[in-house]
Amino acid sequence: MVQVKLSGPLKLAAGGKGELEIEAANIRQLLDRLCADHPKLKPMFDRGVAVAIDGQIYRDDWFRPIPAGSEVVVLPRMSGG
Amino acid sequence: MPLDAKLDPATHHFRLVGTRPLRPDGVDKVTGRARFGADASAPGMLVARILRSPHAHARIRAIDTTKAARLPGVKAIVTSADFQPGDPAIHDVLCNVMARDKALYDGHAVAAVAAVSAAIARKALKLIKVDYEVLPHVTDVDEAMKPGAPLLHHGMKTENVEPAPKKASNVASRCEFGHGDPEVGFKQADVVVERRFKTEATHQGYIEPHACLASVGSDGQGELWVCTQGHYMVRNTCAALIGMDVSKLRVTASEIGGGFGGKTTVFIEPVALALSRKAGKPVKLVMSREEVFRASGPTSSSSIDVKIGVTRAGRITGALADIRMQGGAFAGSPVELGAMSAFACYDLEHVKAVGWDVVTNRPKQAAYRAPGAPMVAFAVESVLDELAHKIGMDPVELRLKNAAKEGTQSSYGPKYKRIGLGECLEAARQHPHYKAPLGKNQGRGIAAGFWFNFGGQTCVSLNVNIDGTVVLAVGTPDIGGSRASMCMIAAEELGIEYDKVRAIVADTSSLGYNDISEGSRVTFSTGLATIAAARDAIGKLTARAAKTWGISPDAVVWENGHARPSSPNAGDFAPLSLAEIAKTAGSTGGPIAGHYEVNAGGAGVSFAVHMADAEVDPETGRVHITRYTVVQDAGKAVHPSYVEGQFQGGAAQGIGWAINEEYFYGQDGRLQNPGFLDYRIPVASDLPMIDTVIVEVPNPGHPYGVRGVGETSIVPPLAAIANAVSAAAGVRLTELPMSPPRVLAAIDGAVAKKKPRS
Repeated sequence: MVQVKLSGPLKLAAGGKGELEIEAANIRQLLDRLCADHPKLKPMFDRGVAVAIDGQIYRDDWFRPIPAGSEVVVLPRMSGG
Repeated sequence: MPLDAKLDPATHHFRLVGTRPLRPDGVDKVTGRARFGADASAPGMLVARILRSPHAHARIRAIDTTKAARLPGVKAIVTSADFQPGDPAIHDVLCNVMARDKALYDGHAVAAVAAVSAAIARKALKLIKVDYEVLPHVTDVDEAMKPGAPLLHHGMKTENVEPAPKKASNVASRCEFGHGDPEVGFKQADVVVERRFKTEATHQGYIEPHACLASVGSDGQGELWVCTQGHYMVRNTCAALIGMDVSKLRVTASEIGGGFGGKTTVFIEPVALALSRKAGKPVKLVMSREEVFRASGPTSSSSIDVKIGVTRAGRITGALADIRMQGGAFAGSPVELGAMSAFACYDLEHVKAVGWDVVTNRPKQAAYRAPGAPMVAFAVESVLDELAHKIGMDPVELRLKNAAKEGTQSSYGPKYKRIGLGECLEAARQHPHYKAPLGKNQGRGIAAGFWFNFGGQTCVSLNVNIDGTVVLAVGTPDIGGSRASMCMIAAEELGIEYDKVRAIVADTSSLGYNDISEGSRVTFSTGLATIAAARDAIGKLTARAAKTWGISPDAVVWENGHARPSSPNAGDFAPLSLAEIAKTAGSTGGPIAGHYEVNAGGAGVSFAVHMADAEVDPETGRVHITRYTVVQDAGKAVHPSYVEGQFQGGAAQGIGWAINEEYFYGQDGRLQNPGFLDYRIPVASDLPMIDTVIVEVPNPGHPYGVRGVGETSIVPPLAAIANAVSAAAGVRLTELPMSPPRVLAAIDGAVAKKKPRS
């Protein structure tokens, strides 16, 4: 199981739950299962999200493994200038 | 060497990385040989001009192009009818490129003409009749949020609020970040400061206006030469907007005369392509400076409330921000990034930042270096400065006592890996600038800043030539010296000289997809891909040497640009240089090339600390920056001169943002100052020499420890300068720009407050 934190507006879409436990070995599994449990997240994920694993931020990297015991945070998609 | 092999920058001796070779594009740029967006031309080329709305907000009842189409020399006219809605993800881009049912800001495109000359195109624009129903408008973020404000989009209902609103408004969405409970924190504080701040919209101020040349043939194949930060984005977006297969559009990025985030979207490119397709001829379209101001994206203006509490010992106990940003006529201001970065410099138990994304009758905002972060840093760092004064603590010391470090849970969620804010603050405190005496009417300010930095999709090819030289094809337009840095990295890995490598920015049909040059990502991610492509090529070079010697590839190593047997047991062979292996490549297996494709993650966040000295003329309110120092963590500086240039450039743009730059809108909602005469960016005489200190705390996510450096440098200047001006003027400045009228009004207001009532 992975302890996942939802940051920003994602938390509201998950019914106010900021921390969840999900069975996921990689980012895609994580996002799929979050969507299945909380369908309001789907449009937000479709617009794009970023996932931080142990402090490193990944964008659209579905098959990035999530090591056991990692700190995982799902964030809105970010872009810069 | 495998890609995940990391070199400890503290102990590894780099041969080229960290040196300062001449830039490969320098001669072309100073001699005028470099080709920018407007330098492209083609036989039979037409010239295009765009008709723009003179109204801030108006319904378009009808557009009559009949007379214009009859004008001799006019070859094509397009309106919104030539761009079909499709992908909802880019619907706002479509509506911004060409107004559909409503013109949403002064300068919004409503039609375009391609003709045989600019004079005819301009004449044709005057013959196009647009029937407008003028509507009430709003350009201020706070006004736009009020009930009863003119509505831009009748279907816009604020997202992410509970319960969901039933009525439409100009507030597109709300966001919230943080942890703990700031109200609990404020109860633990000895001193609490709460203030409201406002910042004006500023333009990125790139010297080169948007420019492109489009050519679509009768077979539907198209080419586009364009000044952009991301030609793959241009290709994909344009293909979707005008209904072309992506493979049929080849986009070549020109040299770029500045972008700073403002060239990360499309404005004129789909228009030029649609005109070319309709006319059957190449079409050149170049924005005037006035159009750049009226119709390309500035950054957001903002209105921000910040409340912070501290103990007398200097510990921040609670922090709260409410941030309102207008992103022009469409949703998408950078308020989310502003809210995420607001308190990212600090290790806080109780912190919350709320953001509101608001639409107004202004041009659609575009990214501008660390979008959203500078305005929020202005507010937060100003309040911290005031708190330091109130508790009698050195402002660097206050920040050091609260600085985020490895393991700190950031205010936006994740825990930090190794970061360098503490090192930057210490370096600032030790800098001679910090202790230098100040003159009359002068003040000193410091501020810290944070930016995320990103990676993203990246593809690189490295071709070994027959003479032992190397061509590196990258897909990220060079906006900050990346070709020099990539040549250095490739040469470092291959063990050859810097001038043996040439880097080019390949067109979209020659190399796999690359994300935009944005988010301070290029040196990190294209650098990472270059390292990997070079190591891929080295694998092939050593395999050829092994074949030549008749030994196992595992028994060959690559050292100092040569293949060598890994030990005496492997055989006694004279080392083969890269040039020697390249010379016989045709006979040993064919061309030798290295490739790498990646969606790079692991970009390390970056922090900076800026110091500014300002002198305020109490008679006129004029601000002059007399000294400025930038301290920033670069992880590992590949080409220190370019890194310093990024530091200085961010500071220079920040100085303009802080003291001069401003969009003025009239009562009619029209922009009053669309030109560099009235919109004043800093010139050399406005700036002191900007000192730089490069701090190197390696990013654990990169083989050399590289962190992006392009954006963090614009985060602290607004606050550092505001703190300096406030100290010099003796009154807290809370609105940007700190132009003479604002500074004078603040000084006069403070004097009036002190005067005894008669």
